[in-house]
Amino acid sequence: MHEWALAEAVVAKVAEVAREAGLPRVREVVVGLGELQAVDREAFAFGLITYRREVPVLADATFSFVVDPARCACRTCGHAWLLGDSLAAMDASDRESVHLVPEMVTLFVSCPACASPDFTVTGGRGVSLVAVES
Amino acid sequence: MDPRPSIVETRTRGIDRILAVTGGKGGIGKSSVAVAIAMALAESGARVGLLDLDLWGPSDHVILGVPRPPLGEDGGLVPGTVAGLEFLSIASIVADEPVILRGEAAGSAILELLAVTVWGELDMLVVDMPPGFADVMIDAARHLPRAEHLVVTTPSALTAVTTRKTVAVLQRLRLPLLGVVVNMAKPGHETDGAGDGGADADPGAVPVLGRVALDPTYEGALGDPARLRETALYRDVGRIAAAIAGPTGARDH
Repeated sequence: MHEWALAEAVVAKVAEVAREAGLPRVREVVVGLGELQAVDREAFAFGLITYRREVPVLADATFSFVVDPARCACRTCGHAWLLGDSLAAMDASDRESVHLVPEMVTLFVSCPACASPDFTVTGGRGVSLVAVES
Repeated sequence: MDPRPSIVETRTRGIDRILAVTGGKGGIGKSSVAVAIAMALAESGARVGLLDLDLWGPSDHVILGVPRPPLGEDGGLVPGTVAGLEFLSIASIVADEPVILRGEAAGSAILELLAVTVWGELDMLVVDMPPGFADVMIDAARHLPRAEHLVVTTPSALTAVTTRKTVAVLQRLRLPLLGVVVNMAKPGHETDGAGDGGADADPGAVPVLGRVALDPTYEGALGDPARLRETALYRDVGRIAAAIAGPTGARDH
C-alpha cells in the first residue's frame, strides 16, 4: 500500500523532531490528512503503528488525525474555493492519479469561476505533521 | 510540517550509485542519453533503475515504447520492469496527459515520487533530471545529495553557453559532477576526444566523458528497445556507461 510509505515518512519525521528537541518520549502525534490525497485512514494508521515499533521514543505514542479540506486559488481570476464536490465527481481512475500525486489534480479540475486549469492548491494537499506532544 | 523529505534518504539506501543526467537546453538528447546509459548498464548485468523526473515533457517512456509504464504498490510505489529496467515516470500515473504544473507544484510532485517509491536493491539509479537548472532541478538535486551529475551538451555554440552555466551552477552548489557528454557530435569525432564542434563546446574544467555521434537511424528505433540497442547512439553511450560504471559495474547476481 502507498499509505505505508507515507506512514513511514511521518514516523521518520516525528523521530527527527523528537531528536532535535531532545524529547525522551513522544506521547501524542497529530497528523493532518489532506482531503486531496485521500489516504486510506485504516491502512495509514496501521502503517504508523507498525513503523512506530522501530523508534523507541515513539513506543507509547498515540496518533490522532485532523482532516484538512482541500482548498484552491485560481491563478487566472483569483477565485478561491473548496475542492470537495469536484473530488467527489471524479472517476475512480482520475481519483487514483490524484491520490498518488496530488499535484495531478490540475488535469481533472478547473476553476469554477473562470474554468482555468492554472490554479494552486493552497491547503489540504496531503499528509502533514501537525503536532508532536511529549 | 512536511514529512516527505525525512524519508527520501531511506528510499535510496539500497541503491549503490545514483547518476543524475542533466542538461541546460531542450532538444539536446538528455533523455536519449539517460535511457541508453541505463539500458547499457542493465545489459552488462547491473541492476538498474530509471527515474524520469521531467514532469513537463517526459520522454523516457516514449523511447522505451511504453505509453503508460506499469506501476505496482507494495509498501509504496513499485516501479515496473521495462527493457530490464526498474522504471518510473509521471507517465506511469497520468500517461501523456498534459499536466499544468508551476514550479512549486512540480517540486512537490517530484518530492512525492522520491518519498514513496520503493526501489529496493540497485547498482545504479539513472535519474533523467528536470530540464534546465531552475528551482525544480535544484530541489531534486538537493533531495539526492549522493547523485553524481552528468551534463549532456551538443557541439553547438547555442548549447555550450548554457552548458557552461549548468556546470557552474552544479559546482557552486557543490554537487558531485562526473563530467560532460557531448551528444550529436560530428561522425568520426565521436570517440577520439577532439573535434566536437570547436572551443564553443568546451564546458569548462570538467572532464568530457565521451562523444555520441549524431545518429540518423536513432529516430526510427524509438519505442523499440531491441532496435535501440543496434543504433550507433547506443554503441557510443554504452562505452560511456562502461566507463562510468568502472570495473565493478557489471555484476553477476
